[in-house]
Amino acid sequence: MDKSLHTVMLDPAKCKGCVSCMKRCPTEAIRVRNGKATVLYERCIGCAECVRVCPHQAKLPAYDSFDIINNYKYKIALPAPSLYGQFQNLDSIDRVLNGLLMIGFDDVFEVSSAAELITEATKKIIEEGKIKKPIISSACPAVVELIIMGYHGLKDHIIDTLAPVDVAARLARERAIKNGIPEEDIGVFFISPCPAKVFALKTGMGLKKPCVDGVLSTSEVYLKLTAVMDKITELKPMAKSGASGVYWASSSGEAIGTGLTRYLAADGMENVVTVLKDMENGKLNYIDFVELNACTSGCVGGVLNIENPFVARARLRLLRQKLPKAENSIESEGKPLDFYRWEEVPETKDVFRLDENRLLALQKLDEIEKLLATLPLIDCGSCGAPSCKAFAEDVVNGVVDKNGCVRKNENN
Amino acid sequence: MNSLHLEFDVAGNNFVSAGSASNEVKSTLKKLGTDPAVIRRVAVAMYEGEINMVIHAGGGRALVDIFEDRIKIVLADKGPGIADIELAMQEGYSTAPDAIREQGFGAGMGLPNMKRYSDEFDIQSKVNEGTTVTLSVYF
Repeated sequence: MDKSLHTVMLDPAKCKGCVSCMKRCPTEAIRVRNGKATVLYERCIGCAECVRVCPHQAKLPAYDSFDIINNYKYKIALPAPSLYGQFQNLDSIDRVLNGLLMIGFDDVFEVSSAAELITEATKKIIEEGKIKKPIISSACPAVVELIIMGYHGLKDHIIDTLAPVDVAARLARERAIKNGIPEEDIGVFFISPCPAKVFALKTGMGLKKPCVDGVLSTSEVYLKLTAVMDKITELKPMAKSGASGVYWASSSGEAIGTGLTRYLAADGMENVVTVLKDMENGKLNYIDFVELNACTSGCVGGVLNIENPFVARARLRLLRQKLPKAENSIESEGKPLDFYRWEEVPETKDVFRLDENRLLALQKLDEIEKLLATLPLIDCGSCGAPSCKAFAEDVVNGVVDKNGCVRKNENN
Repeated sequence: MNSLHLEFDVAGNNFVSAGSASNEVKSTLKKLGTDPAVIRRVAVAMYEGEINMVIHAGGGRALVDIFEDRIKIVLADKGPGIADIELAMQEGYSTAPDAIREQGFGAGMGLPNMKRYSDEFDIQSKVNEGTTVTLSVYF
């Protein structure tokens, strides 16, 4: 995997080697080695729980520097709806969109507009009846990554719709070309609430090739916007999405948009995991649509935001009250349903398998259980693994020495 | 020789922890690279069995053996036992109290689902002594 595509990076000078991030990681992708946290990137789903929880700000989410927009002559901004929730007393979404033109962009295409199209596509795909119920939203890339790594049996439940930002990117680029801009001059940039989106867009999840040219952080763009927004005296009308699209920034907004009554919406990594396990156990068979967001409260909870998720969510609710229900439709856009669907299905990843050979894997499991019986089972993390079980796995996989347990003899 | 033995306590009347044994088994099967369809059958069958022990038997034990070709699960409890096993195996038949049905459990699909999702299924029960379900799913 390309090293530049990492979702989180470590500032070794700031990392104290504490176990906070390691204990929090939902895929056990972190180990503390030589006093510093290290990420097993093949297991990283980009949820950024480690960034959120690090007490020393040593975990850095990956995103592009704002300056990369200058690599293109014609710069298009794709603001996520969560961006609108970052500003206090925002009178109109137009103020943010006008502001984007002032800080260097030539055009703006709201991701919430594309979200309304995806909502409609979702309804049509559910009506087709080809995807197994309960149908899982594909909007949160960290959730999709988690499923293709750890919940292979649920992969066929994921709806094959593109993320709204992918559709926004394509439509925005088309619009620019139609307006006579040479294709090579066009740069399309997502203003992202989270590093999982950075990873998904750079690798082109569901796409044959990525469709954005850069992914910027909400917080960096926020600082530039606040410097200009108040100075705008005349707002040019630009906003083209209704309440339904803006609602995607908050947990349950996407599900409510489908109009389905048998839906379930869960947010926050631990809750997402609980729901996935329940689905595996066949507990949610009466549900039609499952919306899962890795971040608390949905995309407003992303680590690249400024405001806490609850405040942003409340502000977005107030903004939505001023908006019409929805402003975009597949019919008026004139694209076939396939335009809104994955070009290729993300492949499952076998990161938790102990061995390609099932008998050897079984043997390893047996060794792990035997070693585990000698360990204190307190999951203290002092050895550098998130749990005694993870430590035992690392030992059996030959990664660490079996004498690495520092609290082995305490209670004997 | 290649086999793995796991044991779990299933606490009675604890709906919060119900499912933890089957979740553990699922995670183990994933480490073996087991076919997702097999994992799903094991998950549903074992989860139903766990819930049965939680609702009806005040808990019990789950003994799991993973062999080269199959997984065998024994769910043993010292609960009230089942007077008429044939009746209990019928879809929709349930003795779960209303309070439990209101929580979404006790639809009378537990034992029938366990049988449907396993390749081998056996149930032994004695009133006032307990119930033991043994099921196997082949890889």
